Amino acid sequence: MVSVNNITKTYNKGAVKAVNDVSFSVDEGELFGLIGPDGAGKSSIFRILTTLLLPDTGTAKVAGYDVIKDYRQIRSSVGYMPGRFSLYPDLSIEENLRFFATVFNTTVEQNYHLIEDIYVQIAPFKKRRAGKLSGGMKQKLALCCALIHKPTVLFLDEPTTGVDPVSRKEFWEMLKRLKQQGITIVVSTPYMDEATLCDRIALIQHGRILSINSPQGIVAAYPGRLYAVKARDMPRASRVLSAHTPPINSYLFGEYIHVDGQGMGDRDPIELLNGILTQAGLDSIEVMPVIPTIEDYFIKLLTT
Amino acid sequence: MNANQPVIKAENLTKRFGDFIATNAISFEVYKGEIFGFLGANGAGKTTAMRMLCGLSVPSSGTAHIAGFDVYRQTEKIKRNIGYMSQKFSLYEDLTVLENIRFFGGIYGLSDQELRLKSDALIEQLGLQSEAKKLVGELPLGWKQKLAFSVSILHEPTVVFLDEPTGGVDPVTRRQFWALIYEAAGNGITVFVTTHYMDEAEYCHRISIMVDGRIAALGTPKELKAQLNESSMDGVFYQLARGAKNTD
Repeated sequence: MVSVNNITKTYNKGAVKAVNDVSFSVDEGELFGLIGPDGAGKSSIFRILTTLLLPDTGTAKVAGYDVIKDYRQIRSSVGYMPGRFSLYPDLSIEENLRFFATVFNTTVEQNYHLIEDIYVQIAPFKKRRAGKLSGGMKQKLALCCALIHKPTVLFLDEPTTGVDPVSRKEFWEMLKRLKQQGITIVVSTPYMDEATLCDRIALIQHGRILSINSPQGIVAAYPGRLYAVKARDMPRASRVLSAHTPPINSYLFGEYIHVDGQGMGDRDPIELLNGILTQAGLDSIEVMPVIPTIEDYFIKLLTT
Repeated sequence: MNANQPVIKAENLTKRFGDFIATNAISFEVYKGEIFGFLGANGAGKTTAMRMLCGLSVPSSGTAHIAGFDVYRQTEKIKRNIGYMSQKFSLYEDLTVLENIRFFGGIYGLSDQELRLKSDALIEQLGLQSEAKKLVGELPLGWKQKLAFSVSILHEPTVVFLDEPTGGVDPVTRRQFWALIYEAAGNGITVFVTTHYMDEAEYCHRISIMVDGRIAALGTPKELKAQLNESSMDGVFYQLARGAKNTD
């Protein structure tokens, strides 16, 4: 449904390489995630795929159409929700929705079934101007407007940035239901925990794709073992491990410190870590193997 | 100010907008050098509360003191004694690293000599020597945020308010940012921080969770997990925020 081949995009006369030889493909009906921090190149990729930006080199197709030659067909067959709120602040909820339906030569009624789940949540405020809506409501309206012409592919650029964990969970529930209706979805997020909700993900940093796999596949591909460490005085435990020679790859992870088992020599890492922490005078020490998350994998890619 | 006195003390702090009560009689205390996580869903009233604590919005009722100063009568003194940064407002993109440091330091009343010493030390601490004369707009977001935080505490405020400082930052830089927070707290600066990353809630000494304008829970991460019988802060947050009416 989407295929990207060796796309490169630079800004400032080549000084900034925003997208660096990126290739990936998304199957029909797939929920595909671009996972990476701000500045990784996610938005540039979205803008190229929605024909709003020309790549320097490389080719890409969306729904069978070429992003350069067939931009008209692409524009009428994809839905796009940009990272920045881009609806008309002076139009009300229902006016915005009707406007977008009309622009795409359709009506709200015709495709209402696609947005019904989401629209009912904001319908009580349908006379309110879009500019006066709260963040979560704006986000729901933007999703409705991106869906109202029944796109074959939906591009969502960081739809959950700055959104609290409960609302984020709800948003992903909505995406799951859209996927069940057969819509192909490409979504980007800086939240690693959301990556697990995609069928496949591409981890991206500095314009390059670091890895493409299913979330389970990414976790399974974690090289070596990972350990979780806890002690009564966590800041001190963290300092002790960071200062250790030979160096140990350790970092805070919620209520634990995660320690990368690779490069810790022949000794049993659990024994070794217990020894280091006990010797430093720490108490209530816990050390155990844990299953890596996507965030662990990302950290590993960035630090080694 | 007495060392044992709370640095932030709010009692029944309330803000109404017409019929709507954005912040509803919240009370809490934060102490010197403490990292206090101020959590809540979008629309729960965090920003309104934070604006009152910074002296930017007059409360409808209740009291609050920041560094001993009253939020009704001494807002100018409050502003001199706090630092502030957020994901949205940080530094001037079209000024260089050095110019930003001098500009904000100057606004906070540092002398030329202090500024020279401090800007050199800061640039070295952050390893930005080769970037000092670059425009801030050219720096990666993570660096910008670390720089913005360091600038916000350049004048050694009593409290620093951080509004979602790590939003969108990569996981490694996010942790480096928290190392800076720990260092600041270790130097006696009180840190008041909001975040949507639940793992970061674990890095705070104590946290409060706001739901519909009220503080629904307050304690150490360990206490809250025990109270609500949850194994993670994620679980605690869901349990409390799920029933919220003012979510957006």
